[in-house]
Amino acid sequence: MTALQIIFLLTAAVTFGSALLVVTSHNLVHAALSLVVTLFGVAVLFALLDAGFLAVVQVTLYIGAIAIMIIFAIMLTRRVMMDSGPQTNTQWWAGALVALALFVALSWVLMQVPSLQALSAPGATLPTLSGDSVKALGLAFVDPNQYVIPFEVASVMLLVAFVGAIVVAGESKK
Amino acid sequence: MDFSKLLTDPINEIGILLTNLLAGLGLAPGAIAVVQAIIGVVVIATFCLLLPLFLIWFERRIVARMQDRVGPNRVGWQGLLQTIADAIKLLIKEDITPIGADVLVYNAAPILSVIAVIAMWAVIPFAHNMYGVDLNVGVLYIAAVGSLGTLAIMMGGWSSNNKYALLGAFRTAAQLVSYEAPMILSMLVPVILAGTMSMTGIVNAQSQVWFIFSAPIAAALFFITSVAEVGRTPFDLLEAESEIVAGFHIEYTGMKFGMFFVAEFLHAFTVGSLTAVLFLGGWSGPFSDASPLAGVFWFMLKSFLGYFIVILMRATLPRLRIDHMLDLCWKFFTPLALASIIVTMLVDKSLTTLLPNADAWARGGILFLANVLLGWATVSLLAASARKMRLAEEGGATGAGHDAPGDGHDEHAPMDAHAPAHASQAPAH
Repeated sequence: MTALQIIFLLTAAVTFGSALLVVTSHNLVHAALSLVVTLFGVAVLFALLDAGFLAVVQVTLYIGAIAIMIIFAIMLTRRVMMDSGPQTNTQWWAGALVALALFVALSWVLMQVPSLQALSAPGATLPTLSGDSVKALGLAFVDPNQYVIPFEVASVMLLVAFVGAIVVAGESKK
Repeated sequence: MDFSKLLTDPINEIGILLTNLLAGLGLAPGAIAVVQAIIGVVVIATFCLLLPLFLIWFERRIVARMQDRVGPNRVGWQGLLQTIADAIKLLIKEDITPIGADVLVYNAAPILSVIAVIAMWAVIPFAHNMYGVDLNVGVLYIAAVGSLGTLAIMMGGWSSNNKYALLGAFRTAAQLVSYEAPMILSMLVPVILAGTMSMTGIVNAQSQVWFIFSAPIAAALFFITSVAEVGRTPFDLLEAESEIVAGFHIEYTGMKFGMFFVAEFLHAFTVGSLTAVLFLGGWSGPFSDASPLAGVFWFMLKSFLGYFIVILMRATLPRLRIDHMLDLCWKFFTPLALASIIVTMLVDKSLTTLLPNADAWARGGILFLANVLLGWATVSLLAASARKMRLAEEGGATGAGHDAPGDGHDEHAPMDAHAPAHASQAPAH
């Protein structure tokens, strides 16, 4: 077993364990902190795949912004220190069904990716990118033949969210 | 072994010696790389943990001198060993966990806060061949790791089961998360100028002209917002002694408190180092190419210069009020950082297309002029808006809300529009 495989197995185990803690923990803040560990584990997996940019963006956005906002919201809402409410409600089976459907759908989409099929063949090696991967990613985002439309649509969506937040939070003028 | 090389480039020579030694013991090349990586991590982390012993003494002496006191001067030469005595005192203190605290989170918070700062040093280059790792996303990595420190402070404040600690955690969310925005935006300016996010790449791009000359506004913004990220005076609302006792670390005793303390001092020095790398040319200086040790000397000199300014700010400025601090961030720093990015982008790109053969100093001069123009525009905008507010206030005092004839078509409109403005300004006078 190579060092890379050992690191991968350790990271995967920690990620999986903390993901279980997210849904089984009785304390909401503990669940949110376990979510942070899970997201960090995913960032390590990105780093292991030589996707350094995705790894740091994962940490900056999902831990630095989203997880901190979740924890802040939980702290503000009620006294979670002593909170140990019921773990599930009557709709737990619907949630389980949706999660299962999402898992199946994601797995099916991943199976359709041709480069992944090539990878599962025996003796296949990981493709390597020559040159600066960050530069390649940046150029791909603004290249009309590649991802410029999804990139711009995502930007417009974020702008709409921004404007919506300002409208909701802003002072109402009579 | 070449002794002159050992004197000018000790770390790499020792690395080569170690490789040969381990290869002689019969280790596989992969195992040697792992062993060397672990040794490198231990060396950098130990350096980072020993540095605050000196930083705390340095800061206490300078603040004491500014306040017309002597400062610690009894233990060791000029009091240099004072911090070691304090650390021993902290280690033998009773370790108290408050009743109702969340034990796991409470104990993890100080560890995470130290980890977050030390992890930043993985990408900071000491000299052209002395760095932990040269990531091609180094600048983003600094931003990512910095957000872990925010999380640590919120964890500590929440888990202490103390209302003052919780208030400190709320202020953390308001302050650190807000100031991250202009800090990351101002870090983008050197990235645009250098054309790379790697820390060594940014230093190499400053071999002729430092970015503090090409982008003075971004440098000032980065420095001030980084000080706010550390939570130091004038931005020490997280622990504001006179308001919320000690803020997020009120319940911590012994070495757990010491770890928050070490993290803060090391982070303050890291602000100086990052400013040195991003804007002051990092290790570059006389003889730095020939000898990495000279590079380390210049790097530490520039870092201590930045740290010294942080100390001067701490010793001179009073604490900001929380609404002023947030106004400063969202209404002044963030728009200015965005404007600075746009100006740098436009000027730098048009220089590349229009004057491809211009030398570094000419480019730097034109960028400097663009920054001066931007600064002039900012100051005149601020002056105009201040004049408008002052006139509205004077008019409001005499004319009872009828100072705005333009929107007087509705009797209630002027009152509605001006009431909040007065309410928010009243306590400031």
